[in-house]
Amino acid sequence: MSYQRLSRDQLAARIARDMPDGAYVNLGIGMPTLVANHLPLDREIILQSENGLLGMGPAPVPNEVDFDLINAGKQPVTLLRGGSYFHSADSFAMMRAGHLDISVLGAFQVAANGDLANWHTGNADDIPAVGGAMDLAVGAKQTWVMMEHFTRDGQCKLVERCSYPLTGLACVTRVYTDLAVVDVTANGFALIETVDGLSRSELEARSGLSFVA
Amino acid sequence: MALSSGQSKRDFYNRCMIDKTQASVATAVADVPDGATVMIGGFGGAGMPVALVDGLIVQGARDLTIVANNAGNGETGIAALLKAGRVRKVICSFPRQADSYVFDALYRAGKVELELVPQGNLAERIRAAGAGIGGFFTRVGYGTPLAAGKEVREIDGQMYVYESPICADFALIKAELGDRWGNLTYRKSARNFGPLMAMAATVTIASVHEVVPLGDIHPEHVVTPGIFVQRIVEVQRMEMAA
Repeated sequence: MSYQRLSRDQLAARIARDMPDGAYVNLGIGMPTLVANHLPLDREIILQSENGLLGMGPAPVPNEVDFDLINAGKQPVTLLRGGSYFHSADSFAMMRAGHLDISVLGAFQVAANGDLANWHTGNADDIPAVGGAMDLAVGAKQTWVMMEHFTRDGQCKLVERCSYPLTGLACVTRVYTDLAVVDVTANGFALIETVDGLSRSELEARSGLSFVA
Repeated sequence: MALSSGQSKRDFYNRCMIDKTQASVATAVADVPDGATVMIGGFGGAGMPVALVDGLIVQGARDLTIVANNAGNGETGIAALLKAGRVRKVICSFPRQADSYVFDALYRAGKVELELVPQGNLAERIRAAGAGIGGFFTRVGYGTPLAAGKEVREIDGQMYVYESPICADFALIKAELGDRWGNLTYRKSARNFGPLMAMAATVTIASVHEVVPLGDIHPEHVVTPGIFVQRIVEVQRMEMAA
């Protein structure tokens, strides 16, 4: 049987669907930012941005761009009615003490025990940058990863043990890829769903791992 | 981020699902269990959430550990809670005041336990809990009876003592304005411990003198962002003695 990978927007919409009403959510830079475009209209979900915003709104119309009002990816945003501004330590307190309900992060690798690698490739030539990644990884009530299932050269990014430098230990609770939704459980990866036409056994074979029952 | 088709800015504003306002003080404090640790805001009477504490007395929870700066004045607020026999332990910096006779009598009779904490350490220990920090080293208290038995460390030639975070099941705080997201402002020196306690409790209940429409509190003026507040309840302003 043939199957189609989810596009980035489809994946973002799939993640947004699982966000409960009233959730406080931080969307990491890169791909997770797309989730904001797909928040369900019948729920009120409050976005936090690490640079000191709560209640982040959509991108401004061009003549309302204000470069003092940007998101973590340094793109201009707006603030919703009811939003607030605060300093960086208060912003990170929201993450570090578990006030945030969900943090959505990109990743290089996620291990079966929930270890996350997303800040450094480990290549000596690469200039490392961590930003808020480590705070976001360990602080929120739930850490979700949004990533492609395979690297460009076909390596599965769900792994038994991360080979890249770690961002946080046993912190990931759920992984959304372009092929599947996977929970991290005490016994390893548990398969929640696959894209239409992709069987569990085929995904296991291609991924080189077996999901727990 | 950009809007997807069919989604307008107006939709963002019109969604109206989160509402943290409570119909009454009684419903706001209904689930405080026996044995809970409860933070209570205020410095003396300023910021003391008397209406919420009165609600807690009516609600009846017992065996409470109270975290507050003081241990009550006269027979209102924390003093009333103590007098009602609901408190097992008080963690505070300054229980003794001219009119703290309720606490004084219980303490002398051995009916209430006291953990005395220097005020700055109290504020910072609460802040640490609210910020996910596993404690901190401070010079305050080193070498004194209040630091006896605590871990110490030399930092840049000075001696410091380790202080652990203080968290709570509930925080009862008094604010001025609130909205349905739980954003708060405070009034004058009644702010004191309120913003810190809001961050350090699992459930923060704020009394406010006015619930205003979302957006009426300017985003630059929000003192406690709503993420730290689970319930707000409007109460009448009361004249407070000092």
